[in-house]
Amino acid sequence: MPENSVSADLQTESDKMVEWTDFERNTIQDIFSRIEYDVVGPAALARCLVVYPWTQRYFGGFGNLYNAAAIKGNPMVSKHGTTILNGLERAVKNMDDITNTYAELSVLHSEKLHVDPDNFKLLADCLTIVVAAQLGNEFTGEVQAAFQKFLAVVVSALGRQYR
Amino acid sequence: SLSEKNKAAVKALWSKIGKSSDAIGNDALSRMIVVYPQTKTYFSHWPEVTPGSPHIKAHGKKVMGGIALAVTKIDDLKTGLSELSEQHAYKLRVDPANFKTLNHCILVVISTMFPKEFTPEAHVSLDKFLSGVALALADRYR
Repeated sequence: MPENSVSADLQTESDKMVEWTDFERNTIQDIFSRIEYDVVGPAALARCLVVYPWTQRYFGGFGNLYNAAAIKGNPMVSKHGTTILNGLERAVKNMDDITNTYAELSVLHSEKLHVDPDNFKLLADCLTIVVAAQLGNEFTGEVQAAFQKFLAVVVSALGRQYR
Repeated sequence: SLSEKNKAAVKALWSKIGKSSDAIGNDALSRMIVVYPQTKTYFSHWPEVTPGSPHIKAHGKKVMGGIALAVTKIDDLKTGLSELSEQHAYKLRVDPANFKTLNHCILVVISTMFPKEFTPEAHVSLDKFLSGVALALADRYR
């Protein structure tokens, strides 16, 4: 399967804690306190469905995803985008224990939703691009590194329970 | 492959952002060495590898010059970029995985600088284009 994403691959083993610098912690808390979940979430999910159209396979029940305009205006996409951001907030609030915080969500995505974990990276890349647009030149290289590290840990935790 | 719609979108976007290509190149490379420190290994011959340094600025300009060339050769990237591909294959020997890494940084920079223009439609076309550029650059590798 060709790799489509460049989010950093982070291997978390059950006995290895992710270490966060103060800068990384503050950056993540700051970003999530500033972004509007019901703007960024829908924008990121819509972008993912447009830029990587094969991800639409998981949203067969969402109705009209026929083109970019339809995707952007689709209320189910918007609602789900917000849901995703609220889900991310749980990781933001539990940065030292993301793996356990997401254990149930991981099982859900694997056993019930049957999402290929590679797709998490695609959404993570779109989220990075949307947050970059929101923050403009405040989205420095250092901020990007912290944000992508956070998303890599999230992606890893979500893929953890797959078997 | 790039549809006519993709090509039109790339050219339309480039007409708006092309004049900022030096700044884009500088920011993209500066960002890349920070977010993906392993990429610094390609620049060990420089006295310093730091964001915004004269070497980075000059190199960013060079890279974006290649992208600008690619826009003009959008109908046949493989042929249009064959010289650059030979250079990367035999002289520079950059692992092609890094093309994707730099492409991502270019997209992030464009998103920060041109949030209104970088719509999802523009994004998918530019991503396809840059992927095509990466493929053409790797063409002569083996």
